[in-house]
Amino acid sequence: MSAAKQSAGRRAQSAEVGVGAVGLRSALSALPSEYDVARIRGDFPILSRNVRGKQLVYLDNAATTQKPQAVIDRIVRYYTEENSNVHRGVHYLSEVATAAYESARTTVKNFIHARDEKEIVFTRGTTEGINLVAQSWGRTNVGTGDEVVITAIEHHSNIVPWQLLCAEKKATLRIAPVNDAGDVILDEFRALLNDRTKIVAIGHASNALGTINPIKQMIAMAHDAGAVVIVDGAQGVPHLPIDAQDLGCEFYAFSGHKVYAPTGIGVLYGKEAILDAMPPWQGGGDMILSVTFEKTTYNALPYKFEAGTPNIEGVIGLATALDYVSGVGIEAIAAHEHDLERYATRRLLEVEGLTIIGTAKAKASVISFTLEGVHPHDIGTILDQEGIAIRTGHHCAQPIMLRFNIPATGRASFGMYNTREEADVLVSGLKKVIEVFR
Amino acid sequence: MPELQDLYQQIILDHNKNPRNYRELPNATRKVEGYNPLCGDHYTVFLELDGETIKEIAFTGNGCAISKASASVMSTTVKGKTREEAERYFDTFHRLVTGDRTGLSTDELGRLAAFSGVSEFPARVKCASLAWHTLRTALENEAKEVVTTE
Repeated sequence: MSAAKQSAGRRAQSAEVGVGAVGLRSALSALPSEYDVARIRGDFPILSRNVRGKQLVYLDNAATTQKPQAVIDRIVRYYTEENSNVHRGVHYLSEVATAAYESARTTVKNFIHARDEKEIVFTRGTTEGINLVAQSWGRTNVGTGDEVVITAIEHHSNIVPWQLLCAEKKATLRIAPVNDAGDVILDEFRALLNDRTKIVAIGHASNALGTINPIKQMIAMAHDAGAVVIVDGAQGVPHLPIDAQDLGCEFYAFSGHKVYAPTGIGVLYGKEAILDAMPPWQGGGDMILSVTFEKTTYNALPYKFEAGTPNIEGVIGLATALDYVSGVGIEAIAAHEHDLERYATRRLLEVEGLTIIGTAKAKASVISFTLEGVHPHDIGTILDQEGIAIRTGHHCAQPIMLRFNIPATGRASFGMYNTREEADVLVSGLKKVIEVFR
Repeated sequence: MPELQDLYQQIILDHNKNPRNYRELPNATRKVEGYNPLCGDHYTVFLELDGETIKEIAFTGNGCAISKASASVMSTTVKGKTREEAERYFDTFHRLVTGDRTGLSTDELGRLAAFSGVSEFPARVKCASLAWHTLRTALENEAKEVVTTE
């Protein structure tokens, strides 16, 4: 507890330059030399497999991450020894499954430094968390003439739910622009905020450009205008230490599968008072206290928002993944990834005709690039023949592709298990691409 | 294992670099857009029909090498041909890139044979087919519209 407070204090001290940057910097001074990437790689069985006859080089971590053996084993153990429905049975297995499920909630609470387990709602992923807030909080609190503010670098999942809400409520969606580096222009962001602004939805880090937004500062600006804030943390949680209380946002949503946990599980953090005041979103079992045809009484938090039998294996797998990340240390991971991002950027710039899209002041380990005369799709196919997995396309962020006037990019995104050598393999692969198209 | 040179054959690389009939047609009688939202490939196919004959064909737009070369080779293949012949080429091409080559002779394939490697790369079939689907829509409908391959 005191350690958490200490680290929160350290980040708060230099909040002006942005939480992400500070997290990385303090992490850099931590213990980069002791980071044992070989041992970590050994924990991820898929990394040792061959693909198309070559050693797999997995650089698509912003799409989804690989899973450590501990997570795979935990899910197997759950189904082998503990499988049962939660919050229902009086029998032994149901008690075991419920205990594992609820202890996972505590793990998540501690990981993101929430105040209470009641503030942790399990969802299918970031997308569902954002939709929950747009539908439950949004439909109650946003009305005709109100405004919702997002930024120009949001993922489609942090655009479309707000478009749906604004269309239904005759509200206006306002977009904070970015500069040529891919940084949100803070003065323009601030200028969009006014007393009609009901909610601000901002990504912690951009999946398309890597930009880490100075969210603590942006949250404070939004609060000054009286708005509520939801952070899309899909790309934040895997790369940065998160302290929900220190950030002060009302909501923070993230996905398990981007932080080494299974797909189909995510978390919506919400401040207790605001969650409590919100109407339920989906109705069903588990979210009620009593049902008669005349009157239904809803369950307490967080169960009010967890209708139906949940993704129990996902929840348990998520807790195991977060424990694994904590074991390595999120600050050490951040430092390692920052080093990879800097190194890979330097090496990629040696490739003839390569342009990096997104050169923000603070970046997650996501590098988007174009190669002169070669479409990203062709780059992806040729790299795939070398066993290298990258993402190509618009990364579910079409507006940002339009902003930079490009149809698509190639994107290499690094996780805790990637190495400088893999960045070198990527560079050799790109040289092969150029040879094919020369 | 599929080989890269099977996919990126010389003809494809050449047509990607120097696409034929790559322009707008001012006298077009048909104009249809083709779009693959997954990868952002986006082309417009222009036709000038003279009765049943494709008198002129041209295209504009951008996308990967496979999609652009395919549009280019398509334009040289169907120019001066009748609708019916163009439909036959569509079927031939579709069978070629989806790996159903039974009964396809080398003669019949002509330049289209350069796309035989595509069937080994399932993720790229849509790239190769985009322009052809756009052409087919242009031949079938008088109305201008947008075709997608997603």
